[in-house]
Amino acid sequence: MMKLTINGKVTAVDVDPAMPILWVVREKLGLTGTKFGCGMALCGACTVHLDGRPVRSCSTPIAEAEGKAITTIEGVAGPEGELSKVQQAWISEQVPQCGYCQSGQIMAATALLRDNPSPSDADIDAAMAGNLCRCGTYVRIRRAIKVAAGLEPAKGAPQTGSAQA
Amino acid sequence: MNEIAKPAQRSRAAKWSRRGFIGAGVLAGGTLLIGVAVRPGNPVGKLGSLVAGGQGEQLINSWLKIDADNIVTAIVPHCEMGQGAHSVLAQMLADELDADWSLVRVMQAPADGSYVVTDTIRGFVAQGTLGAPDWLEPTWNGLFTRIGRLADGMITGGSSSVRTTGQHTMRIAGAAARQMLVGAAARAWGVPAAEITTAGSVLSHKASGRSAPYARFAAAAAEEDMPQTPALKAPGDYRLMGTDAPRTDIPAKVNGTASFGIDAVVTGQTMTYAAVRRAPVPGTRVAKMDASAAKAMPGVLQILNMGDFLAVVADSYWQAQQALNAITAEYTAPESSIRSSQDQFARFSAALDEAGEAGGKEVIALGDAKGAMAGAARKISADYQVPYLAHAPLEPMNATVWVRDGKCEIWTSTQVPLMARSAAAKALDISADDVTMHHPLLGGGFGRRLEVDYVIMAARIGQATGYPVKMIWSREEDTQKGLFRCADMSRFTGGLDARGRLVAYNNVFTQRNDPADACDCAFYDIPNKSIRVAEAELHLPFAAFRSVDHSQQAFFIESFIDEAAQAAGRDPLEFRLAMLGQSPRHKAVLEKAAAMAGWSTRPAAGRGRGIALTESFGTIVAEVVEVDMSSGKPRATNVWCAADPGFAMNPDGFRNQMEGGIVFGLTAALYGEISLRDGAVEQGNFHDYKLLRMDECPAIAVEIINGKHEKLGGAGEPGLPPVAPALANAIFAATAKRIRALPISKHFA
Repeated sequence: MMKLTINGKVTAVDVDPAMPILWVVREKLGLTGTKFGCGMALCGACTVHLDGRPVRSCSTPIAEAEGKAITTIEGVAGPEGELSKVQQAWISEQVPQCGYCQSGQIMAATALLRDNPSPSDADIDAAMAGNLCRCGTYVRIRRAIKVAAGLEPAKGAPQTGSAQA
Repeated sequence: MNEIAKPAQRSRAAKWSRRGFIGAGVLAGGTLLIGVAVRPGNPVGKLGSLVAGGQGEQLINSWLKIDADNIVTAIVPHCEMGQGAHSVLAQMLADELDADWSLVRVMQAPADGSYVVTDTIRGFVAQGTLGAPDWLEPTWNGLFTRIGRLADGMITGGSSSVRTTGQHTMRIAGAAARQMLVGAAARAWGVPAAEITTAGSVLSHKASGRSAPYARFAAAAAEEDMPQTPALKAPGDYRLMGTDAPRTDIPAKVNGTASFGIDAVVTGQTMTYAAVRRAPVPGTRVAKMDASAAKAMPGVLQILNMGDFLAVVADSYWQAQQALNAITAEYTAPESSIRSSQDQFARFSAALDEAGEAGGKEVIALGDAKGAMAGAARKISADYQVPYLAHAPLEPMNATVWVRDGKCEIWTSTQVPLMARSAAAKALDISADDVTMHHPLLGGGFGRRLEVDYVIMAARIGQATGYPVKMIWSREEDTQKGLFRCADMSRFTGGLDARGRLVAYNNVFTQRNDPADACDCAFYDIPNKSIRVAEAELHLPFAAFRSVDHSQQAFFIESFIDEAAQAAGRDPLEFRLAMLGQSPRHKAVLEKAAAMAGWSTRPAAGRGRGIALTESFGTIVAEVVEVDMSSGKPRATNVWCAADPGFAMNPDGFRNQMEGGIVFGLTAALYGEISLRDGAVEQGNFHDYKLLRMDECPAIAVEIINGKHEKLGGAGEPGLPPVAPALANAIFAATAKRIRALPISKHFA
């Protein structure tokens, strides 16, 4: 059994230590917000945080997560579900299209803003270049990161939209 | 029924039959022709169980329900794959219903014949029948509903959701429901219906000071007669349509709760996972396999040789894939003599040679192309080519199935849930009624998920296991073994008169799929044309790709128009404008894009601007691309896009689609290439099948020309076609190097 800390909760799993974090969180822990895109650390859809650092969970064995804090997209909001600034900006700027890559985008952007609260365009491009979006929402991601950083005003779309039934 | 009903019963039966005629279809003018009432005890009550939710809900008709908390749920028959259809269709329904947007939810309509998208089918099958005379509409709707059901027509594609289902179904459903709510309130309050107003999901009667939320009269409203001719709002009365109402699906997409096909869980069951490997060359099969090493690997449950593919079923997907990697296999010899990309293009070239200046199948013949060419002061000619492309949605193909007791349950991301259901049923040799589909959000579709090959594979695996299994394709499988945007080659000859006008236009290409008019630039005033297709064999199977034929035809046509402008010694913008005398909307769009880009100003040193104009899926789009060549390699720095869709139901959503189409098109223009070696696809993952990344993404500005036209254009696809030619034309402007073959990056390696 391996002891893991995921989104602040301690849990134990019985898996091959070589199994990538991605499949442990998705299949064994039921946290499906983290996505499989390429399996080769090329697309960033599987990005999670290990002790706050973004890693590609499809190519990182679960053994490397032992003794560290894993944060997935499900752990980004506060305990009462209050959205982070990045998540709020993703809504105000109406970023997602299909949404499949957006968990990874939000994890990458969250890590960027933690290290660099006022990123330049070049900083954003460098930090986000590892996360592919096939729908092509890059322009909005760029703007949403600046909104989350307080560098640009939110477009003003209400934060309380309707939810999916 | 043989016995003659008593009068009371007869009248009730007539009412039911009218309501029971499923397939709401409506006229733009505002006539409800077919309504569906669904509620407990209704003869078509089967739907009730499919769309039922919490306690106290009242289905008003098959497209919407209202619950005790005054929540309106729009039941949307189209799939949500990022294009925003769920939300904008609900927005259109909610506007006609006068609903409070914050109280509107969206539900994916179940895969059921009742939810065939009749008007989309009409759009596909018989263009021009939408907006037919009132007296003809019921016939058309009945006919196309029947066709739709026969064809499993629950389709999301063709940039059609808003302009077909939105305009002709969702708005009517909302308007009809509003009228029924008003009728019920009028009866209860004893006041004339005309005195009741609606806004924000509340009914009000000013004179008596009464008001009530919709929920109070939802049940009574369902007893009202379905209005046959609900009045639709005129544009001046829109409250939600034409606004940036926030998308309903976005909150779940920022906190990890949005559920895609790949996230399916079979409740209460132990999940198993399958990794698959198809034979590498289309049409070939597994000849021999050695799975001895794989058998002994941890977690492996079953190893299957399905003939056309291998599958390993294991306790986890990772284990399944590891074991699959350990299997060696040999495959049958390919039948096609096309082994390489060179072979493929040689076929195209031979077909074009054989067709010459008059052969092949005629598509457009206008004026006297031959005579005009003979009399031209100057002739130009050029060949263009594009490679195969993979759709590469970030969610790889996958499906979860549970086959047991002659029944099958499927969870998958698909653009065609009813076709997927039928295909699985056929593969399993059971009735489609015994297949239950669950089709959640799609992690990208782009046409790839109009195909059901992966659903059939999963069903066959599920049949072999008998227990629930989730099949996931690796990225390599997804890139190499699916269906593709066709490669193609197109040959042009143009004749310019003494004044530099393009008076003769001769074009032949090899691939023609859809839309039928994609190969013509009818908006340009070119008096003599001969456009033909000389069909040539494709090695890889075809699937519609975002914007379909426009994805290659726009590059061919708008590159050639640019070459003609160059030959005429004219500015590319001026040359095009001079041919748009009969097309004022196109002219306005082109002028708008040019103005946004500051076309008349000179770009900085090392930079160039290119322009292109297209019309696809009813929307006119012009784009100007600025490219920076100072590093020796092209870098698109800016894209200015002007678009005229007639009217944008959700302008921000429309802009998002233009932005996405531009990025998708830039990926194809700069990098997109699926090439062949020994008959198999060479690329495998995102290192050799590159997608545009954030640091390569230009600044994109989009402006919408909102003419409040009744006829609407699409949004999902029209942003893509102009960007490749605009970029290639920009590179020419900067370097005098003309790109005639995509991808562009190969010319600057």
